[in-house]
Amino acid sequence: MVSYVTRRVLLAIPVVLVASFLLFVFVRATFDPTARLREGRGGVAAVEHERERLGLDRPIVVQYGDWLGDFARGDWGESERTRADVFTTIRRAMWYTLQLIFWGVLLAAIIAVIVGVLSAIKQYSTLDHTFTALAFVGLALPPFFFGLMAIEFLGIRPKEWFDLSEPVFYSVGLHSADRTGFDLDYLRHLALPVLTLTVQIIAGWSRYQRAAMLDVMSADYIRTARAKGVPRRRVIWRHGLRNALIPLVTVMALDIGVLFGGVIVTETIFSVPGMGRLFFDALTAGDATMLTAWTVVTALFIVAFNLLADVVYGWLDPRIRLS
Amino acid sequence: MSPDDELRRADPALGDRTEQTGFGPTELIPAATATLESDREPDGRGRGTGRSQLARFRRRFLRHRLAVTAVVVLVGLAVVCFGASWFAPYDPKTQDLLLGPVGPSGSHWFGTDDLGRDQLSRLLYAGRISLGIGFAVALLSTLLGTVVGALAGYFGRATDRTLMWVTDLFLVVPELAILAMALKYFGQANWTIMAVLAGLFWMYAARVVRAQVLALKEHEFIEAARAAGASPLRIVVRHILPNAIGPIIVTATLAVAGAIIAESTLSFLGFGVQPPDTSWGNMLANAEGSIGTDQAYLLYFPGLAILLTVLAVNFLGDGLRDAFDPRSGRR
Repeated sequence: MVSYVTRRVLLAIPVVLVASFLLFVFVRATFDPTARLREGRGGVAAVEHERERLGLDRPIVVQYGDWLGDFARGDWGESERTRADVFTTIRRAMWYTLQLIFWGVLLAAIIAVIVGVLSAIKQYSTLDHTFTALAFVGLALPPFFFGLMAIEFLGIRPKEWFDLSEPVFYSVGLHSADRTGFDLDYLRHLALPVLTLTVQIIAGWSRYQRAAMLDVMSADYIRTARAKGVPRRRVIWRHGLRNALIPLVTVMALDIGVLFGGVIVTETIFSVPGMGRLFFDALTAGDATMLTAWTVVTALFIVAFNLLADVVYGWLDPRIRLS
Repeated sequence: MSPDDELRRADPALGDRTEQTGFGPTELIPAATATLESDREPDGRGRGTGRSQLARFRRRFLRHRLAVTAVVVLVGLAVVCFGASWFAPYDPKTQDLLLGPVGPSGSHWFGTDDLGRDQLSRLLYAGRISLGIGFAVALLSTLLGTVVGALAGYFGRATDRTLMWVTDLFLVVPELAILAMALKYFGQANWTIMAVLAGLFWMYAARVVRAQVLALKEHEFIEAARAAGASPLRIVVRHILPNAIGPIIVTATLAVAGAIIAESTLSFLGFGVQPPDTSWGNMLANAEGSIGTDQAYLLYFPGLAILLTVLAVNFLGDGLRDAFDPRSGRR
């Protein structure tokens, strides 16, 4: 098991390094930190001076090396937009985003497994057809539109219709003013953003789970178990579900990237000060320092989650581990 | 080994996971299983009826009422949007500041915005861009992806490993982030948006085609062709690709859906189609402030347009998939 994990980690390192290099070069090429100076009165000399000060005139590989060294030591620079320390900003933002992603994955996994398994066991029933229809709609809805509609119909309209003093589900941030911690207020804030983030994923995962479950149920060992007289429920639980969960883990890992992209939209709509909003603000303002750090940190997290999924996958399926 | 390969090895029945979220239903069984279209098909109606593949395919497809409806809807939408100059009741750019924002009414079926522009007309003209980008991206990305995927699948080894590596590289950064940054770099003209989106989407097609080619490569008829002295190019083009056309077309269809969602999301965030051009995503961005107000209708229509289009495309893709390989579908 240890060697399996080590292997996966070692394979991931070059990917991250190459990706970070490409991203570094790309952000440098897209955004010019001296842009503001160019429009100023300093003239060419001032621009050149700034370029030298920032080290922009050196070969890009050298610049990357410097940046990498700084990054590894925790010096991620200063945001060009807010002049705040990038490391602290990202750490704070990541905390919010991880909350969304954690609850999102939890919710999505539970719902998807339940829906998928039910659909598979009762294939072609009305329930199955309903879930299928919902999944189709879920996959066709752009998440940002779903978010807007959710705010509209689950937040604001019910307040009018039922004459409430406050919306049932909040749509700004994760906590009301000076409240923290895990309480009803938190849940009311979480509900809509998490739902928006996971709508497409739930739809996709539940279809996947249904297909995987159907496949597993038609396998020989299931037939053997039934033939032996094992009660249907036990067959589904101990043999069917266990094996059908394995591919879901892979899918979940592959979708982490989607989740990190999804927060960009979700956090912007729901004003959550997380990584997504950070990206949006940074890109709109052309904040190169922040963008470089943001992309590399996100890549690291995605790789980490993928590794985690690989480990879980290896643990669940001994055939993989022992290959 | 990537999770994909391990997945495939662990349970061959599950095949290749070709769909990423946002692409459509993840019915993943069919994609990698080779679908040889022989003339004898166990369709239960007697053997060797001598029907052409096309006729059989058409018959299977027409049995899917949803897919057929989807085609009708899509064609209708395309006609109405690309022919907006005939169908739109007003000029989308004409403002009527005295009128201001009114809800749906007899003279303005979808209402007007606060500049007094007729929403229905705006919607139709915006549809040109949204649908146009969607179709173009699908076409471009499928072509590119097919070429690369076929090369990787057939020649294997270095080409294959490079392809896999490149696609893995793009997996570590969120798509939306890549797209948004790329558009900042390359600019946000409509053609550029098309090119950038295609520049990401080709990877999905490449994966599907690669899987198909790998599966088909081992069949005897390929070996026979090789023995007869056919060049690799001829083998791929004349023998392998026609048998892989099913999943390729399905992927192309789903790419339309993905592209439309991607473009609308990017435009909504302000990273995509820029004013004065309109797309459905653009319209939603403008309307964001009207949540909870009387002008909320400004949100409903463009959003529903996107939903309807993508839904239709997904149904179409599903119908096509079943028509190409009836053994695979589990409806």
